[in-house]
Amino acid sequence: MNKIKSLDDLKKMRAQAQTGINVREKSIDPASRVQVKVAMATCGIASGAKEIMDFFIEQLDRRSVEAVVTQTGCMGYCYAEPTIEVTLPGQEPVVFGDVDKKRADQIIEMYIKTGELVDGIIPVNYRTIDK
Amino acid sequence: MSKYKMHLLVCGGTGCRASASDAIVENLKKELNNQGLDESVQVIMTGCFGFCEKGPIVKVVPDNTFYTEVKPSDAKDLVEEHIIKGRKVERLLYKDPVKKVTVSDEEGMSFYKKQLRIALRNCGFINPENIEEYIARDGYMAIGQILSENTPEEVIEIIKASGLRGRGGAGFPTGLKWQLTRQTKSDQKYVVCNADEGDPGAFMDRSILEGDPHSVLEAMAICGYSIGADTGLIYIRAEYPLAISRLLTAIGQAREFGLLGKNILGSGFDFDIELKYGAGAFVCGEETALIHSMEGKRGEPSLKPPFPSVEGYLKKPTNVNNVETLANIPAIILKGHKWFSSIGTEKSKGTKVFALAGKINNVGLIEVPMGTTLREVIYEIGGGIKDGKKFKAVQTGGPSGGCLTEAHLDVPIDYENLLAAGSMMGSGGMIIMDEDNCMVSIAKYFLDFSVEESCGKCSPCRIGNKRLYELLDRITQGKAEFDDLARLKNLSEVIKDTSLCGLGQSSPNPVLSTLQYFREEYEAHIIDHKCPAGECKALMVYSILEEHCVGCTACARACPVGAISGERKLVHSIDQSICIKCGACFDKCKFDAVLVQ
Ligand SMILES: Cc1cc2nc3c(=O)[nH]c(=O)nc-3n(C[C@H](O)[C@H](O)[C@H](O)COP(=O)(O)O)c2cc1C
Ligand code: SF4
Repeated sequence: MNKIKSLDDLKKMRAQAQTGINVREKSIDPASRVQVKVAMATCGIASGAKEIMDFFIEQLDRRSVEAVVTQTGCMGYCYAEPTIEVTLPGQEPVVFGDVDKKRADQIIEMYIKTGELVDGIIPVNYRTIDK
Repeated sequence: MSKYKMHLLVCGGTGCRASASDAIVENLKKELNNQGLDESVQVIMTGCFGFCEKGPIVKVVPDNTFYTEVKPSDAKDLVEEHIIKGRKVERLLYKDPVKKVTVSDEEGMSFYKKQLRIALRNCGFINPENIEEYIARDGYMAIGQILSENTPEEVIEIIKASGLRGRGGAGFPTGLKWQLTRQTKSDQKYVVCNADEGDPGAFMDRSILEGDPHSVLEAMAICGYSIGADTGLIYIRAEYPLAISRLLTAIGQAREFGLLGKNILGSGFDFDIELKYGAGAFVCGEETALIHSMEGKRGEPSLKPPFPSVEGYLKKPTNVNNVETLANIPAIILKGHKWFSSIGTEKSKGTKVFALAGKINNVGLIEVPMGTTLREVIYEIGGGIKDGKKFKAVQTGGPSGGCLTEAHLDVPIDYENLLAAGSMMGSGGMIIMDEDNCMVSIAKYFLDFSVEESCGKCSPCRIGNKRLYELLDRITQGKAEFDDLARLKNLSEVIKDTSLCGLGQSSPNPVLSTLQYFREEYEAHIIDHKCPAGECKALMVYSILEEHCVGCTACARACPVGAISGERKLVHSIDQSICIKCGACFDKCKFDAVLVQ
């Protein structure tokens, strides 16, 4: 390890170190960020939910979107797996079904970035998954 | 972007470690490995989460799930259910004792709702053994910033303007103390961190050192720069091995990164830190005794002045600050004195960490803004009294604080208010008592502590406290006379007025405050020979209710001293002159025939 020799060095070090605990920082005030929940029950996993979750994590990061990607249990839409729920700050959650990489890409570009709705929305009759 | 998608934070405070958090970490890692998830899920051991009542704690982020009372054998379920299948492990979630619902995250827990974490900002969040995690949380930015932008005088002005006061007991304004030490001219000065914390039931400072050691190191460097010192010393009890090892690791890493040592961040400022070990005497927490102990002398207090800021360690000007006081410093520098002084009451700014102990549901470590009421702390954060019992009193300020009652529950907590109510802030121990606690016994318990810990230098403290203890003991035995109450009060006042250090000056507080607020309980012991709370064994009388006794002989067989006689199927009786009041007969009788009075 080289010594940190100046305040600028320290700032660089901080930027680098922050990527390490980013996942934790994001958990502090989730309501202020874009939240993506991927249904990861057996049915979801079988239809590729894991790959979709990785895709979201990677792409949101690459496209500099401040988002928390977490997993959740079965949402009950087994016919439309993989399903994801997206909550924009201050808005009601929206559930998307049959999410493949192409649709995921659309969701990021359209819904998450501009708030425009895209295909595949499942009407939700309850507020959020956890509650 | 880090490769880890998920972090599992496992509490590594002393309490949780005692309940096997090491094994939890190991098992989690093993399970993750088995599932091929070790590349995407990181397991981190952090400092104390504060919620010790329900430890060990495991928190999953980013989805913020808070698992309580986790056992090493739960690792498999956590990995297979939560991480792989994304289903919360219901049985390990926290159940709200009042609302009877399971709560999965901190936001939903009343324990965390009213808290504001400044001194504990990183505890339970970062890995205390990894300096990079501290740096990621703006660690060492405060020292970096002042070294490049501020003169020492400016730093002192910031601390003064923040209104920060010492958290070690006396509440002395921190900025003013730094200024006084700066003003003393000398070729050598010292920064001392007082980590002696030894009040029964207190673990605030220890938890900060275990959970966020770098914040204290950084603050000491800031203090060194401000007062003109290049050496820091941490006085810590040898009996706190975890805190010591985390400190040593932290000091090693800070040196390696050039954040301690020569020419810090190219500024020309040198500062380094060493540990000094104490043997665990309470009085060595008093700053002059602490300094003598560090010098290898007897740990006895000496008369002030000279204050340490003028003549301290090795006769050089020395600034002594408490651990929690220091932990606030980097936050004040980075967020500004206005931010800090906007929190709290008129004369007490910022937050205070308390260790909740005794008959309370949520035993643990909390941090609340000054001005929070005792009721909020006890009922909302603390979750109320254990087993639905009735609140009786709360002892604040450690062994020499006072007992406050129901009538004080709505007092906003700050230095002035606690003093006015007959107690004190002290270092932040809070012991909660319920209807089963006898207040005379409580006073006796604390006096016993002070008698043990008095250094013996002055007679009022050495002999007076012992006499106070004997008087209290007589009362609990039912052998006291009415005039003993006046004796207790007089003697207490003499000890307070004539002792040299804070120990003797405050040790009679538990007696005086219980006398004031629970006088009828003292009188019941003396006049009626009864202990209303039923705690004083010597005052209990066991007898057998003739109409309930069926003569089963169970009590006679249980009695260890043969005090019970009676024929089979006939009423039994207890010989009071032999009875040792152990309660064995009471426990054994199936017919509720043993009466305790
Ligand atoms: C008997 C006695 C024990 C004390 N124990 C401690 C202690 O364990 N930790 C502590 O920080 N201060 C303790 N103090 C207070 C110190 O003397 C001193 O006031 C304090 O360390 C100053 O730091 P502060 O201004 O940051 O609070 C004790 C005082 C007395 C009289
Ligand atoms: S008051 Fe007690 S502890 Fe303090 S110096 Fe005197 S004898 Fe020692």
